[in-house]
Amino acid sequence: MSAPAVEVRNLVKRYGAATAVDGISLTVARGQLLALLGTNGAGKTTTIEICEGFRRADSGSVRVLGLDPSADARQLRPQVGVMLQDGVGGYTGAKALELLELFGSYAAHPLDARDLLAHVGLAEAASRPVKRLSGGQQQRLSLAMALIGRPALLFLDEPTAGMDPQARRTTWGLIRRLRADGVSVVLTTHYLDEAEELADNVIVLHEGQIVAEGSPAALVRSDAAGKIRFSAPSGLVIADLQLALPSGAQVSEPAPGNYLVAAPVTPELLAAVTAWCAAHGVLAEGLTVERRRLEDVFLTLTSSSG
Amino acid sequence: MTTFTPAPGAAGTGRMLAAQTRMEFKLLLRNGEQVGLTLVIPLLLEFFFNLPMLYSLDGRRIDFMVPSILALAVMSASFTGLAIGTGFERKYAVLKRLGATALPRQVLLLGKTCAVLILQVFQAALICGFGLILGWHPAGNPIWAGLLLIAGTLAFGGLGLLLAGTVRAEVTLAAANLIWLVLLFGGGIAIPLSRYPAAAADILRFLPSAALSDGLHQVLQHGGGFPARDLLTLLVWAGLALPAAARWFRWE
Repeated sequence: MSAPAVEVRNLVKRYGAATAVDGISLTVARGQLLALLGTNGAGKTTTIEICEGFRRADSGSVRVLGLDPSADARQLRPQVGVMLQDGVGGYTGAKALELLELFGSYAAHPLDARDLLAHVGLAEAASRPVKRLSGGQQQRLSLAMALIGRPALLFLDEPTAGMDPQARRTTWGLIRRLRADGVSVVLTTHYLDEAEELADNVIVLHEGQIVAEGSPAALVRSDAAGKIRFSAPSGLVIADLQLALPSGAQVSEPAPGNYLVAAPVTPELLAAVTAWCAAHGVLAEGLTVERRRLEDVFLTLTSSSG
Repeated sequence: MTTFTPAPGAAGTGRMLAAQTRMEFKLLLRNGEQVGLTLVIPLLLEFFFNLPMLYSLDGRRIDFMVPSILALAVMSASFTGLAIGTGFERKYAVLKRLGATALPRQVLLLGKTCAVLILQVFQAALICGFGLILGWHPAGNPIWAGLLLIAGTLAFGGLGLLLAGTVRAEVTLAAANLIWLVLLFGGGIAIPLSRYPAAAADILRFLPSAALSDGLHQVLQHGGGFPARDLLTLLVWAGLALPAAARWFRWE
């Protein structure tokens, strides 16, 4: 029970001349949610499919719940729930409820299939053949199929791809509940807001390598490019303002009367700016704080080589 | 309120096999045109080959024809049909998803074979019933014939799954049809091995098609006793093919 949910060391996977995964190491503690973030081809799916036992690593070690995903597959599979990319998988000629019940029959203590179907918002579609479900509905059924065996660990490969905003919100709520109930989760996503909303930790992959990792808040905080803007009469002594601020802050006047403070945005920075203004009898109008979101961090990290 | 608190574990093998067989059988039936072909083609063949214009046979024509058609039907459904169906399931990643569950490969393959076996109970009943209408006089012990049909299904099912699990779906499609045709004419079903040179017949009789066809003819046409050699031949094929399929079957 003490082994981490997932432990990957120096993982390398090549497809011919191309290196899909180039020396990744990561750890997911029990009960944690890790989001693998990256553009297409970043190595997310390859990494997750090696953890699922579908592919073998060229080098490096992978332990899932303390087991080897290939050698110990028989022991590991009942403990892990999987949601593959691209639709449901499984028999598309089956009805939604039938397929979910079939997956339940593989497990020792399955959840109630009908209940679970209602949970993912598919109660109405229970007797519809899987191939007639919309893309978003198939994704939700696929999630239910991953959950029904009450796994200790879930691998969700782009769980909300193709869902409408409403369904995404519902799915996020469900994933939060899973985490609250003690399920460990690894998910891949293109959606920054998804990682920001759900993850304890985020790993940003780019061309098979980890280019950033940490909690969503830490990733944003570590990024230096925050901005405070305000308008005031032109001709303020900006060097004086800069002295009043934490070191590293850059003050400029891009246009007469428009001021820009570039620095990691913290409550202290904002207080220092307004305090300086008050001390100099300056009314800062239209003051705005721009803190970069994860999205900005992500775009910076993944466009560097391009 | 549902709790998602982990409680992982695999179900018992018996429960998985029952559920898998039920699902596979339902899906077989839902594939309407496939069922139609499986059930109707043998009956049509039974009817046409019973007409005394195609080729001459010793003895009563229908008494030869029913065991042949039974063997042909087993080979069609459990080898060709099962191989092609399973091959395309692999191609479309149906089985990849199952590979990520607690379902062991052996249980999946056995479930598929059992589903075909159930279908063949109906198929055999139709063929025999239609044969009786056409004037068939069955001889021998029907239990021996039943055992031969079961062993034949296991052998052909194992071979079909071995093929489907190891090569591309398109290759499976071509090979399953080609092998079917070769075994039909060269494997002792359409043409009795007694028409072949003795040396060739001695080898050909160990083909699963020949063992099944010969055993069924011995029992149902000639009223022979326990078909030990043919049954053993089929069981050896099944005993090789099913474990080989489970061993080498790739989910995707």
